Amino acid sequence: MSLQLASLIGLSNDDGPAYNPRLTQRNRTSNNKTMSSLRFYYDLMSQPSRSLFIIFRLSGMQYEDCVVALRNGEHLTDEFKQNINRFQRVPCINDNGYKLGESIAILRYLSAKGKIPEHLYPKYFVEQARVDEFLEWHHITLRVTCALYFRTIWLDPLLTGRTPSEAKIETLRMHMERNLDIVEEVWLNKKEFLTGPTLTVADIFAACEIEQTRMADYDVRIKYPKIRAWLKRVRQSCNPHYDAAHHIVYKISGTGPQAKL
Amino acid sequence: MAQAIKYYFDFLSPPSRALWLALKLGKTPFEACPVALRKREQLTDEYKKINRFQKVPALVDGNFHLSESVAMVRYLADKNQMSEQLYPKSLESRARVDEFLEWQHLNVRVACGTFFMKAWLLPINGLAPNPKPDAVEKLTKDVERSLGLLEHMWMDKDFLVGQNLTVADLFAVSEIEQLRLCKFNVNERKFPKVAKWLERVRNAAKPYHDEAYEFLNKKSKQAVESKL
Repeated sequence: MSLQLASLIGLSNDDGPAYNPRLTQRNRTSNNKTMSSLRFYYDLMSQPSRSLFIIFRLSGMQYEDCVVALRNGEHLTDEFKQNINRFQRVPCINDNGYKLGESIAILRYLSAKGKIPEHLYPKYFVEQARVDEFLEWHHITLRVTCALYFRTIWLDPLLTGRTPSEAKIETLRMHMERNLDIVEEVWLNKKEFLTGPTLTVADIFAACEIEQTRMADYDVRIKYPKIRAWLKRVRQSCNPHYDAAHHIVYKISGTGPQAKL
Repeated sequence: MAQAIKYYFDFLSPPSRALWLALKLGKTPFEACPVALRKREQLTDEYKKINRFQKVPALVDGNFHLSESVAMVRYLADKNQMSEQLYPKSLESRARVDEFLEWQHLNVRVACGTFFMKAWLLPINGLAPNPKPDAVEKLTKDVERSLGLLEHMWMDKDFLVGQNLTVADLFAVSEIEQLRLCKFNVNERKFPKVAKWLERVRNAAKPYHDEAYEFLNKKSKQAVESKL
């Protein structure tokens, strides 16, 4: 049980037992009338899945929706490992036989194929480097600390029935806020968006990490006025896809985007 | 003739070492700008103007300042200043290298970096006591989990993403080698493929490997001797 739930947030990737031997056709629906050769495997409970979902929708790309129910361990089957993604994670793609994991690698691959609009991921290398700088920065700073906070406060209690100590929560919050401080003070310094005056994929990846902490009852808006205003801008620029990606986050946290905590 | 890029680095930083090796092996012209982390040169106001995050490595190309080693690899590749063997240009090969580079952050770097920080960097600077045996055990377990993932998922070929050395190997190996400073050595019986791959990468990165690892080799030898 804990395996698939932990890998839900991308922090565990141990080989799990074959669990649910079916990843069936029923999960697959096409968002387009014509079936596309690009299959997108995801679960909206995973934050990089949400990021790619929003990016793909904003790009107007043709792809086949392949929902993988992590809660049922569908990514832990041998079939998934052999045929879909050897890392047994989502998101991943199968592009006419070419299988690729890791959301940012997927983004770059599709961008190189001309499927991602330039305003979301610039083609000019100097501008692209600015977006890359954020994407590379965020893994072991923002992503890891937000994910650990979410896992310890929301996921682990569900699995173990035990709530973490106040001291533990405090430490994790401190680690997370150290990185939120950097977003507030450095990345959003004199800019509307993280890497410049307009929305890019960097904003989408970051917002999806931060939104996840809602489910652990963390309200980023209290301490961080710039992040608060920026999140509104990101949502506005990405809707209706932003809300579609986050409906489960809103539901679990009991907070809609407009709700006051 | 355009001016060569300036590369700010310290050999005690795994990504610094990895990118330095890539530049040397790929014959990218650059001006070497060492930043002594042990003297906390990265924390000066002067360095903050180089890199607003006050970390190494950093790259300065004219007025353009860039941090994050993987972003630098991609930037230089687009400028035709990165060896195509080390970072491929063709779509699918590049995506394979990217897949590893994105994967390693949470699956290799976090565990190795935490081990290094807690077992070497903080104690040696008097910022924390040496970790207790049970803490070392936990740190070791996390690193071995990473090594297990490498052993089982990435070792079908001679190198991580094919039959030749790429930046993926340089980045991964750099994280693992760093742990020799903490008296951690890869257990060849538990991770036979990883151990052989480490040796292959060392050989493939000659003749520059020894220079990049000189400090680490010296210090880790001292660490072992002091233990005896």
